[in-house]
Amino acid sequence: MKKTGKTFIIKDDVVIRDTFTIAGKKEGQGPLKDKFDMVVEDDLWGEDTWEKCELKMQKTAVENLKNRNNLSNNDIDLLISGDLLNQITSSSFAARALELPYIGVYGACSTMTLTMGLGALLIDGGFAQNVICVTSSHFCSAERQYRLPLEMGGQRHMSAQWTVTGSAAIWLSKTGKGPKIRHVTFGKIVDLGVKDANNMGAAMAPAAYDSLSCHLKDTGIDYDLIVTGDLGIIGKGIVNKMFNEGNKSIESKYDDCGTIIFDVEKQDVHAGGSGCGCSAVVFGAFLYKKLLNQEIRKLLFAATGALHSPTANLQGESIPGIAHCLGIEV
Amino acid sequence: MKYNKDNYKKLVDEFTPKNKIFKNCIMAFIFGGTICLIGEIINDSFVAWLGISDQEASPMTSVVLVGISALLTGLGWYDKLGKIGGAGTVVPITGFANSVVSPAMEFKKEGFILGTAANIFKLAGPVLLFGYFSSFIAGLLSLAFK
Repeated sequence: MKKTGKTFIIKDDVVIRDTFTIAGKKEGQGPLKDKFDMVVEDDLWGEDTWEKCELKMQKTAVENLKNRNNLSNNDIDLLISGDLLNQITSSSFAARALELPYIGVYGACSTMTLTMGLGALLIDGGFAQNVICVTSSHFCSAERQYRLPLEMGGQRHMSAQWTVTGSAAIWLSKTGKGPKIRHVTFGKIVDLGVKDANNMGAAMAPAAYDSLSCHLKDTGIDYDLIVTGDLGIIGKGIVNKMFNEGNKSIESKYDDCGTIIFDVEKQDVHAGGSGCGCSAVVFGAFLYKKLLNQEIRKLLFAATGALHSPTANLQGESIPGIAHCLGIEV
Repeated sequence: MKYNKDNYKKLVDEFTPKNKIFKNCIMAFIFGGTICLIGEIINDSFVAWLGISDQEASPMTSVVLVGISALLTGLGWYDKLGKIGGAGTVVPITGFANSVVSPAMEFKKEGFILGTAANIFKLAGPVLLFGYFSSFIAGLLSLAFK
């Protein structure tokens, strides 16, 4: 079996051939501003609703990825995508326009590594040659579904995170050159009882710790860089502390996409960025390029998701966390 | 992992920044106070310049404040004030107007009846319900002790 512990070993090549990233205005003013393929200057992008804007981002990301690499629909075996909205609206409606065989998944903000992990297994299993993995989030559509109307006056909690507006499409292929996915660890849900929907980083951190330590134990690889999805300042601090307490500090080579995408102080995003698009665009625009020019050779990338349901939360339930890890090597 | 549901909360508290209560109180006092001051000025102007009685000037002042707040919400300014003013902009009647207008705007895309009309009191609903209910109780009490 192609497995060590709970981690899947990708024996044949699964190459990350290319990425295409689209970011919102605020993200386009952050530290990664020059690295995105496209920056959308307003929150509607010519559409009449935020939801339509979000699906347009997914659609445009895939179309541009295809065009840049001269891919036709016949070359692509599968589109795997997901997002934060009810009924994964952005993904399904973008897939409707893209006319590709489509699997929609929900993993909240862990979607990027969930789709890439699934794609890698399908390619390695010999079921597909080329897979496109996509995810997106939009500040306004997410706020509206999970929190309060945007024009409602009030103060955000200091522990709250800012949903990233952005989308990334990632092309996985059995052939060609580029960084390769070597190991995949799908995480288990870990829930230590956090009920505060304004502190998602704390809700997800135990799951991130669990998946990361499982992956590191299973593979024994000494990674150059370990990056989690969207834990923000609070979750990142907690993960560091948990590893330090186990005397396996990762602090010197660990970072979090939620703290990479924004200048947390200057851009007034409180605890950092979040959303499916957060880990997606940071990987596509920043981490992937670090791998390409071999600044890093071994990356452990773990998108983290808070499988939060506002309904269940009102009924007294806590927020389940999850994290899926990809071991990527040049 | 040595953490469980009982001891994890302590770790979370250690890393979670506290909300700036003192600063928030000061800002709430300034913003809330300013809104009330504006209300007083409007009220007194009605009485002094338009010759309206005290009793009639008070609801008219509320209407004007609600109108201003609705306009500011529509222009996208009230949420910016709310970010600084906090409770000072939420508690006065202008905050109530904001909580009605903001969902009305947001659900416009889902249609006039099932969008705006169905969701307009999404936030203000509890305020209205308990407002009606407490006035009902007050009515009963005043009837009983008449």
